[in-house]
Amino acid sequence: MTSVSTAAVTTAAHTPGAPAPAAGPGVAVRLQGVSKHFGDASRPPVLDRIDLTVAPGEFVCLLGASGCGKSTLLSLVAGLDAPSDGTVEVPDGRPALMFQEPALYPWLTAGQNIELALRLRGVGRQARRAEADRLLALVHLEGSHAKRVHELSGGMRQRVALARALAQEGRVLLMDEPFAALDAITRDVMHDELTRIWRETGLSVVFVTHNVREAVRLGQRVVLLSSRPGRIVREWTVDLPHPRRIEDSGVAELSVEITDHLRQEISRHGR
Amino acid sequence: MAADTTHTASPGRVDARALEAGLDALETAVVAPRRSAWSTAWSAFWPTALALGVFVAVWQLVYLAGVKPEYALPGPADVATTFVGILQDGTALKASALSLQRGGLGFVVSVVVGVVLGIAMATIPLLRRAIGPMITGLQSLPSIAWVPAAVIWFGLSNTTIFAVVLLGAVPSIVNGLLTGVDQVPPLFLRVGRVLGARGWDRIRFVLLPAALPGFLGGLKQGWAFAWRSLMAAELITNAPRLGTGLGQVLDLGRTLSDMSLVIAAIFLIFAVGIAIELLVFAPLERRVLHARGLTGLAGQ
Repeated sequence: MTSVSTAAVTTAAHTPGAPAPAAGPGVAVRLQGVSKHFGDASRPPVLDRIDLTVAPGEFVCLLGASGCGKSTLLSLVAGLDAPSDGTVEVPDGRPALMFQEPALYPWLTAGQNIELALRLRGVGRQARRAEADRLLALVHLEGSHAKRVHELSGGMRQRVALARALAQEGRVLLMDEPFAALDAITRDVMHDELTRIWRETGLSVVFVTHNVREAVRLGQRVVLLSSRPGRIVREWTVDLPHPRRIEDSGVAELSVEITDHLRQEISRHGR
Repeated sequence: MAADTTHTASPGRVDARALEAGLDALETAVVAPRRSAWSTAWSAFWPTALALGVFVAVWQLVYLAGVKPEYALPGPADVATTFVGILQDGTALKASALSLQRGGLGFVVSVVVGVVLGIAMATIPLLRRAIGPMITGLQSLPSIAWVPAAVIWFGLSNTTIFAVVLLGAVPSIVNGLLTGVDQVPPLFLRVGRVLGARGWDRIRFVLLPAALPGFLGGLKQGWAFAWRSLMAAELITNAPRLGTGLGQVLDLGRTLSDMSLVIAAIFLIFAVGIAIELLVFAPLERRVLHARGLTGLAGQ
């Protein structure tokens, strides 16, 4: 069953004549002509006519400097906000969203945080406990069900947050710089874990970051956004085999190329 | 030797699970050993006991100096005798029990009314703008001001007492809840939306538990207001069929011009208020904060 959640009606300005065709079976996320203004329309938009399609099971990294509207874009896909213009389609229903902060609820244990996501999805009491334990095992936190949030390290919290996001059973996982606040070693481990879980679950992932190497290490596709207004500048297909390491020469080479483009993009604003 | 170090084979990639287990162990906060309950209790108790001792000593000196006639200012010993007397004849216990029963019931009803009103105001901005200033104003109105009106409406009855308690406690509880809601980190609410918490689920699973630490202050203040309002109401609403609460004991002391009884009653009212704070609210607050790692005992 496919439910199309259209965040806004397509306007004549972008698709004259007919409405946009509904996303087909080969699409996890489709954005067409998406613009977002905050406040009055005379100010430059945060996002300007974004067209982006993510295939089922695809791992796409959105890369950009501050002010490129990366987080705004994820909010639109997550349905937390509506675009000023254009359409956002997520055929498989509500996506899961992970933030930079783990944002676990401190009044619940690690396991209860996951169970809350299951409960809000309508999972019965018996199944919740078993499913929460399965998800905790998936992120290598067996036996942490009763741990309080403040008893967990930053990396452990972010893994619980990942398990909670997976508990939402969305086919799309949106990640808003989820590892930016972690130390380098922990981040590296999280990259391995995310890659493993992505390959095991076949989820589509849209991963927002300002870290070029992180994008190249993780993504199958890297999309570079410009800042103010946020537009898609360029994209790269990352044809490197898994498992990848952040030190791989292939990762480094592509990162240099993308970084040059990113720097050029940023320097435009100083002129 | 240099060749040794440069040509040593890399140990190979450590399995992610093993690496994580190591990191988790290293990064998990080392919990400082907790002080024993006794030493915590003692360090809280002795300064208070000392201050109380000084107070009684000063009182005794003033009494010995004869600043006021004995019927107006009895010494600590006289008051202690009266106090033991009302303890022995059961007056103290019965009056405390009746007042606590009234205060407890009034407080519970106030919490229910306050929470319902607070949630409505937190979720309907227009309602909050409309009645928020009035609720805040009511908070600063001494609840004894309601007693004459309540007596005219409800006569000398328990309804009058409860009406005054509710009017005293509800505004603090409403404002406490709104303070708690205002302090909820916006990220918690965003996560709630992402997880699909809507309507009553949002209130039950996200808003209320997130607001609880801030709301605790409002609950404590609500109890203090309920207790004060109750004493004001009991003092004035005095009829034999209503039974004898602590406020009525106080009024009895006034009519008999028995200053020892008046002071003993004041002491009892004070002691019951403190006891509820120590036995109900302090443990509740400690539990809530400790569960969230907000007590500073969780390590670095």
